[in-house]
Amino acid sequence: MACSQRLSRKAIAWLIGAVLVLPLTASAEVPAPVIPKAKGEKCVEPTDVMRHKHMKFLLHHREETVRDGIRTKKFSLKECIACHNAPDKNGEVARIDTPEHFCSTCHMYAAVKIDCFECHADKPANTTYRHSLVEGSSPHHAGMKSEDKVLSSKTLEILTAKGDKE
Amino acid sequence: MSHQETDISRRQFLGQAAAAGLMIAPGVMLYKVAQARAPEMPASSSQRWGMLIDTSKCATGCNDCVTACQKENGWGGDNSNEIHSRPDQKAQWIRKVKLTDKQTGHVQSLPLMCQHCETPPCVDVCPTGASMKRADGIVLVDKHICIGCRYCMMACPYKARSFVHEELTGQKDNAPRGKGTVESCTMCVDRVDADGTPACVEACNSEGHKAMYFGDLNDPASEISKRLKDYGASEIRADLELNTGVRYQGI
Repeated sequence: MACSQRLSRKAIAWLIGAVLVLPLTASAEVPAPVIPKAKGEKCVEPTDVMRHKHMKFLLHHREETVRDGIRTKKFSLKECIACHNAPDKNGEVARIDTPEHFCSTCHMYAAVKIDCFECHADKPANTTYRHSLVEGSSPHHAGMKSEDKVLSSKTLEILTAKGDKE
Repeated sequence: MSHQETDISRRQFLGQAAAAGLMIAPGVMLYKVAQARAPEMPASSSQRWGMLIDTSKCATGCNDCVTACQKENGWGGDNSNEIHSRPDQKAQWIRKVKLTDKQTGHVQSLPLMCQHCETPPCVDVCPTGASMKRADGIVLVDKHICIGCRYCMMACPYKARSFVHEELTGQKDNAPRGKGTVESCTMCVDRVDADGTPACVEACNSEGHKAMYFGDLNDPASEISKRLKDYGASEIRADLELNTGVRYQGI
């Protein structure tokens, strides 16, 4: 009786330890998304607004464009891609299925699947694709040159925030 | 009058002249007929885009309009991703049709695409509202809400729509298209919004065939309206009373 009590107490202690340690090891292993630099100087809205609401802006703009023929450049997916996935010096651009792509770097990290690029072009017109050379070593962010592997507290706050700050 | 004053009045004069139109000779002004719509302005029902096809000038065997459409919108051709689909399943935004009069043996050729009906059957049957007509008469598929049921394909009397059966890559940035959605001629809506002409019409004219005209059916001064008024044209399946935006001469 005493023996089994001691055993169960040991098991509970081990479990608590595991629960405490696991998230720490997990967070240390997942590299933070590296956000590629955009071509332009400034986005159409402040970064935190874009991070929270880009999907709403895109949804609203797509309705206006497809159904009413309004073709303003602000919030146009084509313009986002032209600026955020601009070709490098060799004229090559990242593909949507690699973490180097502006959209997939966060979407792969957050495991949020987007289907925009099943139809839309993931690169500006007249550019070639860049294939990732290192693949398969990590479920995401394979071959990514990550210098700063820890998320800043501000980025963490933005990524984990629930709901929108109106 | 000082020299400087003369310069100012000359500038003012030129400014006024530019606003009103271009003076090509004293008393003869060249006015811009159509004004490009501003990007923030929605398509308006004051315009109705249409096409006129002169079948007497459309040569049998000529495929320039089809290849121009393929190049512009990225469907078909040698680089198509549709490798498993049968030829009749593959995308076909515009096709050449040969008409043969059995009695006389007279052969005619014409391009057939979405006829951009005023009362489109495809819009009537769509369960989601994806199949739609813009205010300026262009009939489109909003692929964002298309569920790929293909009712519109069955409803269309012109066989103008196709369904994408396979995953696509390398789509054109001006013509998003993907698996599981229906598609058809968009009248090159992005070019029209930028005050341009559909790729097929442009190709037909640049190759010197001049069998296709594009313009505003609501504007009596447009070339297409004048031609329709002077020479008339027919609708294909006029019995359905769809009031098509694409008209044919010589059939």
